[in-house]
Amino acid sequence: MNTDPAKVQLTADGRLKHFLTTEGLSRELLTEILDTADSFISTQERDVKKVPLLRGKTVVNLFFENSTRTRSTFELAAKRLSADILNLDISKSATAKGETLMDTLWNLEAMYSDMFVVRHADSGAAHFIAEHVTPHVAIINAGDGRHAHPTQAMLDMLTIRRHKGSIEGKIVAIVGDILHSRVARSQIHALRTLGAAEVRVIGPGTLLPKDIESLGCKAFYRMEEGLKDCDVVIMLRLQKERMQNALLPSEGEFFKLYGLTEEKLAYAKPDAIVMHPGPINRGVEIESNVADGPQSVILNQVSYGIAVRMAVMAMAMSGQQQEKNELYGNDQEEA
Amino acid sequence: MNLPDIETTCTELSERLVTYLAEQQIDRPLLVGIRTGGVWVADRLQEKLQTEDGVSSLDISFYRDDFTRHGLHPQVKGSELPDSIEDRHIILVDDVVMSGRTIRAAMNELFDYGRPASITLVCLLDIGRRELPIQPDLCGAALTLSEGQLVKLTGPQPLTLTLA
Amino acid sequence: MRYLHIENARLIDPASNLDQVTDLYVAEGRIAAIGHKPAGGGIELTIDGQGKWLVPGLVDLGAHLPEPGYAHKGTIASETRAACSSGFTHVCSLPDTKPVTDSSAVVKLILEKASKAGYSKVLPLGALTQGLEGEQLASMFTLHEAGCVALSNARRPFKDSYVLRRVMEYAATYDIPVFLSANDIALSAGGCMHEGPVATRMGLSGIPRTAETIALAQMLLLIEQTGVRAHISQISCARSVAMLQQARNEGLSISADTALANLIYTDDAVNGYNSQFNVQPPLRSESDRQALLAAVNSGELAISSNHQPHEVAAKKAPFADAEPGMSMFDGFLPLALQLVERGELSLTALIRATSTLPAQIAGIEQGLVEGQAFNAALIDPLLERSFRRSELLSKGRNSPLAGQTLKGAVSAVFIEGHQVF
Repeated sequence: MNTDPAKVQLTADGRLKHFLTTEGLSRELLTEILDTADSFISTQERDVKKVPLLRGKTVVNLFFENSTRTRSTFELAAKRLSADILNLDISKSATAKGETLMDTLWNLEAMYSDMFVVRHADSGAAHFIAEHVTPHVAIINAGDGRHAHPTQAMLDMLTIRRHKGSIEGKIVAIVGDILHSRVARSQIHALRTLGAAEVRVIGPGTLLPKDIESLGCKAFYRMEEGLKDCDVVIMLRLQKERMQNALLPSEGEFFKLYGLTEEKLAYAKPDAIVMHPGPINRGVEIESNVADGPQSVILNQVSYGIAVRMAVMAMAMSGQQQEKNELYGNDQEEA
Repeated sequence: MNLPDIETTCTELSERLVTYLAEQQIDRPLLVGIRTGGVWVADRLQEKLQTEDGVSSLDISFYRDDFTRHGLHPQVKGSELPDSIEDRHIILVDDVVMSGRTIRAAMNELFDYGRPASITLVCLLDIGRRELPIQPDLCGAALTLSEGQLVKLTGPQPLTLTLA
Repeated sequence: MRYLHIENARLIDPASNLDQVTDLYVAEGRIAAIGHKPAGGGIELTIDGQGKWLVPGLVDLGAHLPEPGYAHKGTIASETRAACSSGFTHVCSLPDTKPVTDSSAVVKLILEKASKAGYSKVLPLGALTQGLEGEQLASMFTLHEAGCVALSNARRPFKDSYVLRRVMEYAATYDIPVFLSANDIALSAGGCMHEGPVATRMGLSGIPRTAETIALAQMLLLIEQTGVRAHISQISCARSVAMLQQARNEGLSISADTALANLIYTDDAVNGYNSQFNVQPPLRSESDRQALLAAVNSGELAISSNHQPHEVAAKKAPFADAEPGMSMFDGFLPLALQLVERGELSLTALIRATSTLPAQIAGIEQGLVEGQAFNAALIDPLLERSFRRSELLSKGRNSPLAGQTLKGAVSAVFIEGHQVF
């Protein structure tokens, strides 16, 4: 129990069986996710977008935190894999009844689901569920506290790869509220593993944890320095409550210092791409000219999201299947 | 057991295919190989046929009926087909036909891309052991293997056949 | 006169510089002689001490006993029995019971239950403020009179420095010792582990060291001003050790302890979100651990258990949602002995920090000296004990040792001459 998240998500022979974090996964595995997602992008361009891969499987969207956007992309991904999908919004009801996470899990196990897509406000929640759920149920982390949001990070990797050819050798800057960002943490691990030349984080001291550099990135307080020679600029979403918690004085001052304008973008390489996990606060993190400008790939990111989630779901289900086979025996391959 | 010579079989098969297409009055066929071996065989056929669209490839990984037993193939490459296969005459090519399940999956996938006018199945080798009512229209050679034996095609240059 | 005779044990008592293999004789609850049997009288019972250590009984300066109020986590009987298994003859119980130990009725209840159980003696710590709410003074004098050796606010905050000052002033009036935990709640709010690289990587909210040191600085100044007899419970930071040294150099008489967990583990243990390592105070960095070890070795710091038993469900939650605390009593002795085996603590420093020093702080006499009450533990340093869940004596299911087998077990515990374990 309670082993490293990186290990919990792999089968004995190193294949994915849960997807909890990008940390600790090999370059080969991350590349396999991107390659598989690429194949799914091609199926998404057809009239019939569905493939029968997960036919008969049940996927449960277990969202303890509201997020219609993320939930919808997982729902669509599951449907396009032909799985049955159940949306459970337990953000309010369960906790109000004093039900613990374990109670919720026990109730769900009676439904014979094959996969849980989990969003929870606590760091480590998806990992906790992976360790306590019955065997052969795949857990996909759709965001746990400040810890990880690995599918979002992988769709960002796919976006970079499709626009810049590869991640290898690129300088990538992540701008904004690093402290509270699970997306940033997952991106840093993925970028490092996939060979980015340099990962930079830029933000004010209140939103940039001092020891963030221990993750293998470089911290900057000024856009001018942080964006210099960047190939990729990733803007993070700024939550309004940061203003109430003495972390920032105002949206205006944040925009002045870190808002991405054409002038600031000019510090980066001329062909740098601009990304944002959305939804955008125009005039807070980024000005409209840049968000809608030629260097922005923000809209493309959304369409890749489904393909990445399909890839991860298919791979995790496949890993669970293999583990099951090793336990209960296997039969010959058919031609 | 004597295995047939691949190059000779391929040459004969392309000649028979040309005749077959003429008989069927198909003048703009679409060659589709099933990854990986089927694509190699389709490449050989294309040398003779010189179809205008070249060889398309079909990756049936997402359509297999044994996913629940074997999971996903780790090297999924994806299919590469023209924008539309609507009303096209498709020549579906595979290296070895056995149970017929691969062909079933391939046809399902093709229909998710559109409604072809016809599908002609061409296989290099038929080793029997059918589990589905599927028969190739043209077949390079038929082999009867002993129980547990399988053939494996390696390629693309040169194409060789081995018993396993 | 009939004597209890402990033969050939290695007697260790740092307070009297005793460390020799010899015999010890007990009569009427007291140590009658060390070395040779007193003239006259016979032997009632001889216990073979060959290869074992006889040490003054361990005294714990802070444990969360679950009674009254938390019977599902354990009882005074179950937890004091577990304490005995690590050699504790005395356990100071923190006042965060339900109801809070802020009335003589609760104190009496605790003392009665402990006495009925007959294992380690419980020394209740009464509440400093009513309901531990940090606003109004508890009836300190009454609590002290009812048997509280000292008063504490557990880790609950005082409303402000004004209340803290008045608490100290009032306690000083009657020379009642106070046990204080240094924790600035504004700085530690929301935190569930040490603020550092591990917390950043795992996305868990951190508790900065300054949450402890700022509160400690405030306490030291007020202790100096009020002249209260104060002890600082469970420090976790290297800087706190230095601040205490400086205060002592300036003439302040002040004692402190650290929880054993902070000497054994660092925040690295939290990797993997193991909720067993969600503890208060949090596990800090290796440099903090080293500074705490050095302070124990030099005799400046006592070691407490910070024992806090929980039922399974309390820990079966994502890290931040799990209830903080570790069930320490079962594993306390073998864990502490590992520090000795690794050369991080000297054996005498360990015995001083867990026995004679805390006894002095709690105001009880403890030592292997002729005429002294015989409160002692006979330890077999080589005997292995398994910590399988079913074999734990504490009802708490949150032992960090679950499943392991460790060396060093208690063969017998004596309180006032009676073998209670």
